[in-house]
Amino acid sequence: MDWLRWIIFVVIILAFALSFVMAFILLERRIVGKFQLRPGPNRVGPMGMLQPVADAVKILLKEDITPAKGDRWVHRLAPIVAFAPALLVFAVVPFQGKGPGLGFSLDQPAALADLNVGVLYIVAVSSISVIGMIMAGWASNNKYSLLGAMRAIAQMVSYEVPLVLSIVGIVIASGSLSLNSIVEAQSIPFILLQPLGFLIYFLGATAEINRAPFDLLEAESEIVASYHTEYSGMRFAMFFLGEYAYALGVSAIVSVLFLGGYKFPFGLLPQSFIWFLAKIFLVFFLMLWVRSTLPRVRIDQMMAFAWKFLLPLSLVNLLLVAAEGVSTIGFGWAAVGINVILAIAFVVIWANRFYRVKGVTVG
Amino acid sequence: MALRTEPIVVNMGPQHPATHGVFRMRVTLDGEVITDLEPVMGYLHRGVEKLAEARTYTQFIPLTDRMDYLSSMSNNLAYVLAVEKLAGVEAPPRAQYLRVIMAEMMRISNHLMAVGTFLDDMGAFHTPLLYMFREREKLLDLFEMVCGQRLTYNYMRIGGLSHDIPPEFLPALKKFVRDMPGFVDEYDQLIRENEIVLARTRGVGVLPRALAINASASGPVLRGSGVKWDLRKTDPYLVYDKLEFDVPTGAVGDIYDRYRVRIEEMRQSVRILEQAIERLPPGEVRSDVPHLVHPPRGEVYGHIEAPKGELGFYLVSDTGIAPYRCHIRPPSLINLTALRDMVLGMKIADAIITLGSIDIVLGEVDR
Amino acid sequence: MTTALSGRDVAQRLSDQFPNMVNLCDGSCLWVKPEAVAEVAKFLRDTPGLDFDYLASLTAVDFWDHFDVVYHLASLQRNHTLVLRCQLPGRQNLALPSVVDVWRGADLQEREAYDMFGIQFTGHPNMKRLLTWEGFPGHPLRKDWL
Repeated sequence: MDWLRWIIFVVIILAFALSFVMAFILLERRIVGKFQLRPGPNRVGPMGMLQPVADAVKILLKEDITPAKGDRWVHRLAPIVAFAPALLVFAVVPFQGKGPGLGFSLDQPAALADLNVGVLYIVAVSSISVIGMIMAGWASNNKYSLLGAMRAIAQMVSYEVPLVLSIVGIVIASGSLSLNSIVEAQSIPFILLQPLGFLIYFLGATAEINRAPFDLLEAESEIVASYHTEYSGMRFAMFFLGEYAYALGVSAIVSVLFLGGYKFPFGLLPQSFIWFLAKIFLVFFLMLWVRSTLPRVRIDQMMAFAWKFLLPLSLVNLLLVAAEGVSTIGFGWAAVGINVILAIAFVVIWANRFYRVKGVTVG
Repeated sequence: MALRTEPIVVNMGPQHPATHGVFRMRVTLDGEVITDLEPVMGYLHRGVEKLAEARTYTQFIPLTDRMDYLSSMSNNLAYVLAVEKLAGVEAPPRAQYLRVIMAEMMRISNHLMAVGTFLDDMGAFHTPLLYMFREREKLLDLFEMVCGQRLTYNYMRIGGLSHDIPPEFLPALKKFVRDMPGFVDEYDQLIRENEIVLARTRGVGVLPRALAINASASGPVLRGSGVKWDLRKTDPYLVYDKLEFDVPTGAVGDIYDRYRVRIEEMRQSVRILEQAIERLPPGEVRSDVPHLVHPPRGEVYGHIEAPKGELGFYLVSDTGIAPYRCHIRPPSLINLTALRDMVLGMKIADAIITLGSIDIVLGEVDR
Repeated sequence: MTTALSGRDVAQRLSDQFPNMVNLCDGSCLWVKPEAVAEVAKFLRDTPGLDFDYLASLTAVDFWDHFDVVYHLASLQRNHTLVLRCQLPGRQNLALPSVVDVWRGADLQEREAYDMFGIQFTGHPNMKRLLTWEGFPGHPLRKDWL
């Protein structure tokens, strides 16, 4: 009955992704509105809840324009290439684990495929979208798009490195590449066990999905709308949805890797997908908070941040975790204490050093 | 091994989210680095100077509103002061104090907008901008009280003001003056020590002191470069010589200094407002000047310290009811002279925030 | 308080350096011959005691039979001002030396004066129209334009 299970999960994942993307778009506008002393969209439906629907209908009715001198087929294909990987990520995300949970019990993990190389799969799949962006930037035959695509390559390639290195720490601690096993291994959430890893992953992922303060790809005030300057109608909507789907994906992965996924912290309550969804919202809220507070960094500062700040720290983190793994400390509460203190110390020291070395040009 | 690279020319504007209107920067880029920049303007040119020659002196006042529409009161003031100098009339004391109050309110309002949009250009996603709009809104309400308009006020008249302030104005203004320093502190708290802001603005878009003077920069741009030059102090008009305030200046002339100067000027404007409210004399607000002014033959250059810099009106009279020639010295336009020098060798993102820190309004650049 | 220098005093200081270049001077203005304006500007900027380091405004006026180019100078060091003027007779082929090399602030203002009045500033690095477009018919602020 594998195919039945797959069909059910494909439907569930599509429904989950699309409805959450809608919810994210609305939430972002409402919450950022609150940050900015304004109500946000509140006219369409109760509390403005139908606003994303109205937007979607509007955008579907728009004309689909391809630039006359653009590369037509690449231009049309690009949004699909950029959007599809965002959905593929959810294939390995476990929504609830095996065994009794809150309300009901499952005989196997609730995930489309509990791949034993899940982490590798996620890293691989989420890198594909940059190809869509480059295609879009090139095919649009627009200088802003091209600049945006150039920034996309630089940014995504650089941030991939510390990102992956920080995940390796998780893999060492849990001893598995399967996301479900990683969740199961978190009797202590990994955010406590590897705070440094969490920080690096979160910053790297924020840059990877182009959210503030690393939203240089769509730096409106600089390069207009970057690679989707020339897109309209449904194709623009796919980029737009893709962005939020990635935000959702990153929120989900952070929840799984660092916050204990579907488990309630320290097992005080039975496991449930509800905790997982709550954690997703928590992580997304953190992103919104950052977005509505911080200005954007400059391209050279962003690159310096990846290579000179995140990369050394992620190597230090890796060394630390590996050393704890082979020594007698292990991954218990003793390691939590050591790692929290060391993480604070490393961040403070390295940030100071980073600031001093680069003087006023890089912060 | 040297890479073979090819420069690309990007036309930033006239439709661009961050050029503050229909301004165009023809930028030559080597990757992200700017190798050349040429400002192109005139998309909003309405020929205000020509229109002045076909209108009476009083009829031209509403047109000055539409130049720098973010500080219309100051434009009104600069123009009527020039005409008064030409015609040899003077406004009564109450009107003079009220003019100071309006000009300083306008300065706060303009700087709120300038700093807000500048931070917005930096990518702060509207949060500081909307915090500043909160106070600008209160100022616009106050302006609406005195003249019924929120953007183009047309409040000043030759020889005074169009009418006196309503009774509810002063209490509302006092409340604003009482609250405003706290709000300025709040903006500071929000963004002043932010690491990203410092990294983006310190040492970027530097306008050295000598170049600032030589390129005729004025207002916060000149003061940000460390020149203590404020026409309210150096060539006092109205009653500014009786009021106490400081002229904030920057040290190196980078974007951060200009931004700090604007924030400090808001505090000083609040100080001026406090004193002006206290000393506001009773009496007439308009001296006996006919609607059709016939100034004697001659010419005059009147200038004030508008929020964006030195706003000058050069008027030539041939004894007629309309100026023979009316030239406007627009601070926004002339501050752009050194833009190219400020951004060469910088990144695109720096060019945008440098432009933002100059604080231009295209209605005034093009007139 | 800003003091306006008397044109007569400045003219005396100029007369040694530039004989026959100062046309006339009344209370507030200093009139110089167009061909000498750039040198006079340099003299005014660099002479100690005058120190006109700031070009506040540059514009032109159409008087039908001649054009006046008016420079409003200021000194930020000494806080005094001076009005420098040049008379350009006729309505065609108007030209005078540019002062961009003396005051960079003249850059955009000279372009505007060229755009609006058709006065050529020789030596300006980029003598193009500023506000109207290339090919705009005539020069709009001339009295005979409309």
